[in-house]
Amino acid sequence: MRHRSLLILTSVLTTGALTLTACGSRSDDDKGGSTGGSGGGSSSAAKNITVVIGVDAPLTGPNSATGLGLQYGAQIAVDDANAKNLVPGVTFKISPKDDKAQPATGQQNATAFTSDNTIIAAVGPLNSGVAQSMQQVFASANMVEISPANTNPALTQGKDWATGKKTRPFPTYFRTATTDANQGGFAGDYAYNTLKAKNAFVVDDKQTYGAGLAGIFKGKFSGLGGKIAGTDHVNTGDTDYSTLVTKIKNSHADMVYYGGQYDESELITKQLKAAGVKIPLMGGDGMYSDTYIKTAGAAAEGDLVTSVGVPVSTLQTATDFINTYKSKGYPGDYGTYGGYTYDATTAIIKAVKVVMDANGGKLPAMPDARKALIDAVQKTDFDGVAGHLSFDEFGDTTNKQLTVYQVKSGKWVAVKSGTYTG
Amino acid sequence: MHTLPQQLANGLFIGSMYGLIAIGYTMVYGIVQLINFAHGEIYMTGAFGALAVYTNLPDSMSIWAALPLMLAGGAIVSVLIAVGAERLAYRPLRGAPRLAPLITAIGLSLALQQVVFLWYPNATAGKHFPQLPGGPYHVGDVDIQSGDIFLVVAAVVCMAALAAFVRTSRTGRAMQATAQDPDTAQLMGIDTNRIIVIAFAIGGFFAAVAGLASGLKYGQIKYDMGFQAGLKAFTAAVLGGIGNIYGAMLGGLVLGVAESCASAYISNIPGMEQLGGEGWKNVWAFVLLILVLLARPQGLLGERVADRA
Repeated sequence: MRHRSLLILTSVLTTGALTLTACGSRSDDDKGGSTGGSGGGSSSAAKNITVVIGVDAPLTGPNSATGLGLQYGAQIAVDDANAKNLVPGVTFKISPKDDKAQPATGQQNATAFTSDNTIIAAVGPLNSGVAQSMQQVFASANMVEISPANTNPALTQGKDWATGKKTRPFPTYFRTATTDANQGGFAGDYAYNTLKAKNAFVVDDKQTYGAGLAGIFKGKFSGLGGKIAGTDHVNTGDTDYSTLVTKIKNSHADMVYYGGQYDESELITKQLKAAGVKIPLMGGDGMYSDTYIKTAGAAAEGDLVTSVGVPVSTLQTATDFINTYKSKGYPGDYGTYGGYTYDATTAIIKAVKVVMDANGGKLPAMPDARKALIDAVQKTDFDGVAGHLSFDEFGDTTNKQLTVYQVKSGKWVAVKSGTYTG
Repeated sequence: MHTLPQQLANGLFIGSMYGLIAIGYTMVYGIVQLINFAHGEIYMTGAFGALAVYTNLPDSMSIWAALPLMLAGGAIVSVLIAVGAERLAYRPLRGAPRLAPLITAIGLSLALQQVVFLWYPNATAGKHFPQLPGGPYHVGDVDIQSGDIFLVVAAVVCMAALAAFVRTSRTGRAMQATAQDPDTAQLMGIDTNRIIVIAFAIGGFFAAVAGLASGLKYGQIKYDMGFQAGLKAFTAAVLGGIGNIYGAMLGGLVLGVAESCASAYISNIPGMEQLGGEGWKNVWAFVLLILVLLARPQGLLGERVADRA
């Protein structure tokens, strides 16, 4: 009978293996950008010092196409700042870390950033769920974190935001993307009034971002008088959605709303259309990626997303950024957050200058420099590549522009831009 | 409830895939009592092997002509890795306590995953895989995709061939003998090392078929696709009765259908709305496993291996 107990042991080990792969970290080998950083903590005066900005995003695996857009958006921002000598006497560098879209890994990265004395502030992450696990770490270290991409309202407005009791949980957390309270409402409004959908099937991926967004959409859509044909939740990382597709088909919905990332929705839309269900799938900014169209192919035609900001390509200021991104041949999708990351990074760089000017042209020693930076970032006010940037009392951007994009002839085409007013 | 035929079909398709992978677990376990946890990765490398062949073929070649070559490519990669793992990682530990090869298998699984992640070009995210044209075909209330047809046909053909091989060929009967009692089998002149290598090779080939079928069905493969699939296939093997090749196939089908029906219908039961849907399918799959093991610890078809402990 020994091998039966072995089976039990095996099952236990399997669970262990699950956990192991989830934690596996290879973040140290992409440290390249930071190793040169030295002397940032000292108050050396006229001499050239190096200040490092941490960047956290999913660089491999799920969401990595968008995540790489964050890394290289920040890279271009520091390159520009160095070339233009934006802060005399300071050379900026980034230290990118891969969070694999996993909260636990994100928290490890946040700890690594805060314990590194050359790092003054951080840009990232991409995923709201990851941000939740990082906020406290940054707040304890008085380190500014600006996310170009998080949209979950609770991150800046507290968990009771929906009831109107808004309280800012962390003074160190800022974001340049507007919230899902606006995005989900904007999407619900567009689906009901412009798309003329009357019967929506709502699916989410059970993550902080996806479930939150889907819930807000559902509330707005049914509030306008739309019917909810059904709801379902999927596991991230799954590939077979045949059961879900059959359910949607049988519900006679005229659209599907998906709260989540492109990794799952690109397969859902593909399997949906293959089963003959020719209804559009609509999602949020997590789905707005060229990879979505590449994977889903013809099945993506007619699908919609909402995304934050106005299309980067329509802004004169963004042209240089896009040209640089393309000419350097960087991987990843700059379209969604590249411009926002550029602006978030630039906000930190400009704040460093403010802090230095207030201190007689010198950067204070590290814990003080980080602390002084919080105030400086809060007072950010400039025209970035993705529009005007300043932060309100919650750390949210005052730029509440949103855009609906639709896949037409294999490309994301902007069909409506505006601000959501409730 | 007229979605039932479609949901059953969905379950049978995914179940055939679980079954194909489960064969590898069950054959190796039947002969050397080793849970080869790297088997999910052998399935994954099979898919990548097939994709590597496809990318290197001329664009003008149709997918139908490329299919046999892709299968051959995937099979060569999978079988070589499976046999190599046996020779280099498991054979030196043959006499060691059972825990040692088990841990080795888990280590090998992580290693193979990372090797593909690091060295296969652009494998850090999902890779596009070609799909079969045509379809969907309507049979009554059921829609069937071309990829599903390939999967089911491949599963039936492989299974029939394996059953015939094990029952009738000399090597097949030598395998049965080795499974029953390796020492006596060796005394009777059977080269047990050769039999073990053949078991790994067959498991590897079946995994490659499943890998190719998965790529064709979903149009995408990932470096970490073997982990979940391997876990499900292992569950299928235990469910059907580990060590039993028919049990592996049956376990796969039962698991697939149970998953599909649980996620489709449990939320319709009053009071169970929160416990149904796609997100709960893994939970119900393992609830089923626990229930079956409580009632029938040897699995649905029982173990055919003599209990030697």
